[in-house]
Amino acid sequence: MLKRLLLTLLAALAVVPAYAQFRVEVSGVGLTQLPIGLASFRGEESAPQKISAIVQADLERSGQFRPVAAQTGVLDENSKPDLVPWRQNGADSLVVGSIARLADGRYDVRFRLWDVVAGKDLGGQSYAITQADLRLAAHRIADFVYEKLTGDKGIFSTRIAYVTKSGQRYSLWVADADGEGAQPALTSPEPIISPSWSPDGRQLAYVSFESRKPVVYVHDVASGRRRLVANFRGSNSAPGWSPDGRTLAVTLSRDGGSQLYTLDVTTPGSEPRRLTQSSSIDTEPTYSHDGQFIYFVSDRGGSPQIYRMPAAGGMPERVTFTGNYNISPALSVDGRWLAYISRVNGAFILHVMELATGNVTALTETTADENPSFAPNSRLILYATKQQDREALMTTTLDGKIKARLTGQGGDIREPDWGPFQKQAR
Amino acid sequence: MSMKKLALLGAVALLMAGCSSVNLNNPPVEDRSTGGAAAGAGGDSVVAKTTVGNVEASQSDQAAIANVARVVYFDYDSYAIKPEFQALIDAQARYIKADPKRKVVIEGHTDERGGREYNLALGQRRAEAVRRSLNLLGVADSQVEAVSFGKEKPAVQGGDDAAWSKNRRAEFSYR
Repeated sequence: MLKRLLLTLLAALAVVPAYAQFRVEVSGVGLTQLPIGLASFRGEESAPQKISAIVQADLERSGQFRPVAAQTGVLDENSKPDLVPWRQNGADSLVVGSIARLADGRYDVRFRLWDVVAGKDLGGQSYAITQADLRLAAHRIADFVYEKLTGDKGIFSTRIAYVTKSGQRYSLWVADADGEGAQPALTSPEPIISPSWSPDGRQLAYVSFESRKPVVYVHDVASGRRRLVANFRGSNSAPGWSPDGRTLAVTLSRDGGSQLYTLDVTTPGSEPRRLTQSSSIDTEPTYSHDGQFIYFVSDRGGSPQIYRMPAAGGMPERVTFTGNYNISPALSVDGRWLAYISRVNGAFILHVMELATGNVTALTETTADENPSFAPNSRLILYATKQQDREALMTTTLDGKIKARLTGQGGDIREPDWGPFQKQAR
Repeated sequence: MSMKKLALLGAVALLMAGCSSVNLNNPPVEDRSTGGAAAGAGGDSVVAKTTVGNVEASQSDQAAIANVARVVYFDYDSYAIKPEFQALIDAQARYIKADPKRKVVIEGHTDERGGREYNLALGQRRAEAVRRSLNLLGVADSQVEAVSFGKEKPAVQGGDDAAWSKNRRAEFSYR
């Protein structure tokens, strides 16, 4: 069902010959980047997607690869390529492949990864796929290469959600991890904020103002069906999923003041359970991925700071101590890192804290960073910012050395959330 | 009780003092008796059923000025209601109380600086400050809902102090 929906949508989009605009605006230099060669895939000049370019952009964005200038001459996965010129250009590894149209209209995409130094075949794969899935195939290739060469799981075939504002139209999009191939999940004349992926990657919780007040929906991405899960008196906002996907932590003002509650989303209509009892602002609840803690923002100490409390409720402890405005906590899946936005001299800057040591690093030099979320392999952070007064989505490595701007829809772009790893169903 | 009366009297005084600055093109309360003072003193004035139209926050400055009487502005990082808005709140309170079926939504807003969710909470705080003021003036809780739009619906576009100060606000919205 999902597949068919996607195919229909993508087929509709594909009528316009839209080549992806790749501008991996990489700033800075990583310390240990693997030099990799990407030869043009045989047949890709006449294919709807330039596979090798998508793979290269993915790998570059990860910050762990450095592309080596391509050699002339067409290579494919069938024969052992002449590795000497690649070695001379400093490549440690090389990706070659081909793309061909099948009789039934689908595409056959093949690739092979070579260890240039040892002259060794590191494996390859082939996919027989529809045109709509060509980008997905490219991301899968990037995942394969990334995993083989770094030992970490690749995140290129995961999805992100974000919101655009174009005139008075707000849209919630689901897109590839590089921001491309976006499909609309919701369009509204009123604002949409705070999309949050369920741990299984099938649902999005978000805040919609379509009823002229903030309420929380849970939206099934494949079917488009959604249900109102928090529509209490006052404002309803800031949904955050528990790792088991059964509970949604939210901020409600139904008892006066913005306070944290949990909702049992498996039982429609169940009464929210109040988590905090303060006269201050408590908001932006975020579960740690082991489910033990809820991190949140509170101004109980006089200025907004990040705290954490046991997920079942209990005594909060303060987590951030530097600065007088620390908001929007995001936790890495591996449990090591806390990303958040800190106001420094009037600028809102993405920071990351190593939880074990409390060491904090500022990751950007922009002034309006917002809403960070981690890639599911904990190696990149996705966030919103402003560049030359325009809204933009960026990824950064955790050391801040490699940043890339994601392309996306026109208009303002904001409120990104990076989805989880997905089962390879497609 | 006496405190309430005191507050009411103070509000009336402010209302009278501030009369010239309150735009009357679209007043939320129209007193058909003998004047503002009588309305306050009587406490039971005739309130016309003038509807208070909701105005999209995105409309022009002119529209915003015409509705000055239903917008309370706040200082940066503050949810304290400044004395100059007490008259407006008093007038609104009388309007709401005049008809128990009347419902008002107080919509809190912030300027564009900072995170969306935290701003939502700040806007909520502003809306609730107004709701509490109405409460003190005897408006029933059931007639008032305080909600927030955070920084999502600026009244004025722009990234300077002038725009920001117009965006930090709470609006009376009759639905």
